[in-house]
Amino acid sequence: MPIQGDYMGMMLTIEDLDQENRDFFKYCSKKEFRLQRGKKSGLLRYPPTTACPWTGDRESEWVPVEGRGTVHSYVEVHHPIQPAFKDKVPYMIILADLDMQKGQPTEHEALRVAGNLMTEDGEFVSAETIKTVGIGTRVKLIYVDVTDEFALPHWTIDKEAEQPQKPWRYPEE
Amino acid sequence: MTLSSVSEHEVTSNRYLRGKYSICGVGETTYRRGSTESTRSLATWAISNAMKDAGMDSGDIDGMLSYSGNDSTFAPWVAGDLGIRLNFYMDVHGGGSSTEALIGIAMGVIEAGMCKTVAIYRAMNGYSAVRIGGTGARSAAPILGDQIHHRAYGWQSAGQMFAPTFLRHMYDYGTTPEQVAAVKVAHSKHASNNPKAFYKQRYTIEDVVSSRIICKPLHLLDCCVETDNATCIIVTRTERARDCPNPPAVIQSVVGRCCKPRADMHYQHGPISTVAGHYAKDILWSNAGLGPEDVDVTGSYDAFTFTTMLQLEDYGFCKKGEGGEYVSDGTIELGGRRPNNTSGGHLCEGYTHGMNMVIENTRQLRGNVDDSCPINEDGVREHTYNYEEGGCRQVKNVEVTANLGWAMPGTGSAMVMAKDHK
Repeated sequence: MPIQGDYMGMMLTIEDLDQENRDFFKYCSKKEFRLQRGKKSGLLRYPPTTACPWTGDRESEWVPVEGRGTVHSYVEVHHPIQPAFKDKVPYMIILADLDMQKGQPTEHEALRVAGNLMTEDGEFVSAETIKTVGIGTRVKLIYVDVTDEFALPHWTIDKEAEQPQKPWRYPEE
Repeated sequence: MTLSSVSEHEVTSNRYLRGKYSICGVGETTYRRGSTESTRSLATWAISNAMKDAGMDSGDIDGMLSYSGNDSTFAPWVAGDLGIRLNFYMDVHGGGSSTEALIGIAMGVIEAGMCKTVAIYRAMNGYSAVRIGGTGARSAAPILGDQIHHRAYGWQSAGQMFAPTFLRHMYDYGTTPEQVAAVKVAHSKHASNNPKAFYKQRYTIEDVVSSRIICKPLHLLDCCVETDNATCIIVTRTERARDCPNPPAVIQSVVGRCCKPRADMHYQHGPISTVAGHYAKDILWSNAGLGPEDVDVTGSYDAFTFTTMLQLEDYGFCKKGEGGEYVSDGTIELGGRRPNNTSGGHLCEGYTHGMNMVIENTRQLRGNVDDSCPINEDGVREHTYNYEEGGCRQVKNVEVTANLGWAMPGTGSAMVMAKDHK
């Protein structure tokens, strides 16, 4: 059976044969962020793939990764495209570098993980909170359930971390 | 043409078919909103115009290539309507970056003896049916598998998908909204001299940065227009093209859908403020035997103001990080050193997934762009080179053009063309 669930009015489906996404999102529903680690390279990768981007090795194992990182860039949407997001604007999509494996195997590579900026309880944050977040903000992963066996990872401000004095924001505000 | 840069490049041989193929015909429909016909009908309209431009009839075309995102009509139907018997056709999935890639494929299949002349078309009701901005039916489509990693986060439209690259460029290099807005100012100036353009109004920097934010850093006027139209480019051997009524636009080199590493999710491999042109330029200039300094007119894909800037920078028209300055110092405007998108491009003329920029450069090389300059009694347009509003948009003495096509930050195509000197 496909894993299927309604999320904010959007129908999300993971087919039976899509083993990589099934595993990834199932771990998220257990509040575990796991990534595939290539057997040969020992390197983690995101999002799920069917082979190691550095060696082409098809053998991998899912290993738990600490969901902490730094905002590398972001999107701040003011004009919604998808109907599900019409009453959410402004909303933010965060692209954050995980601390794990940052700058590896080459300087400009990182596990850049996407998610919306949410409260710790998994609600969309206010427009005021958005204005406090930018490139350099320390963030951590949280999970929002879609079904019993499927959750989406999202980002929230890491309140335990030391934050930059002024994260970089788009200048025209 | 100054050949100052040529010493760094391979110029001794005709390698990679340099000069052997040309664009011999171009054509389009009107650029409008509120289509009254199917993509099949738009396609036959544009192809007919291109065939007329090439002085060809249905017996002269035996190959066809098209591209779409399942929002067009496939080649066999279009060819059948026009009485063209095909020796080769292919309908390719894709949008921006397809134009130059398909021109390269056309050269390859002709070289392989599979056919003689290829008509490439893109037909789309990009406003009235499948909206290119991503609103309408596409925005509410069910979300499957790999798409969950972006669409479930409201990360779907082109502007949303590219924004991390644009913002990071501002962060890495201090690029300002006003600098990038200069792209819209230039392209709108050009469009005001293009009777075909959908938007002919000239805009100021202030107009752009005071228009509403769509998603940061994109204002409404940083984004291209959605229109209904079809466009067609005919490719054949240069030798054959010399028999056509218009001078050939001779293809010096092509790059097709060149990618950054991790094409599955290009943001994994930084710097994310660098785009595919960084890789494509090594093929483009070396195969052409020319460099950016030799180029008189550019056509850098303007899905957004930022895409034009990023590509001009990564293809080497300026130093890395200086794209903001390059697009705002007058260089890219008509009358400047190297005008970009002289038809108004996607920001103003109409949205064609890259075709109209190649069509415009073909006409620039011929020296006969369709502006409002007077036509003399012999039917020849007499260009004034006065670039005031409503005037000329022909660039003087165009010898070399470059097209820089964009699919997304991680994927791009490109082409260099030159005037025929036989």
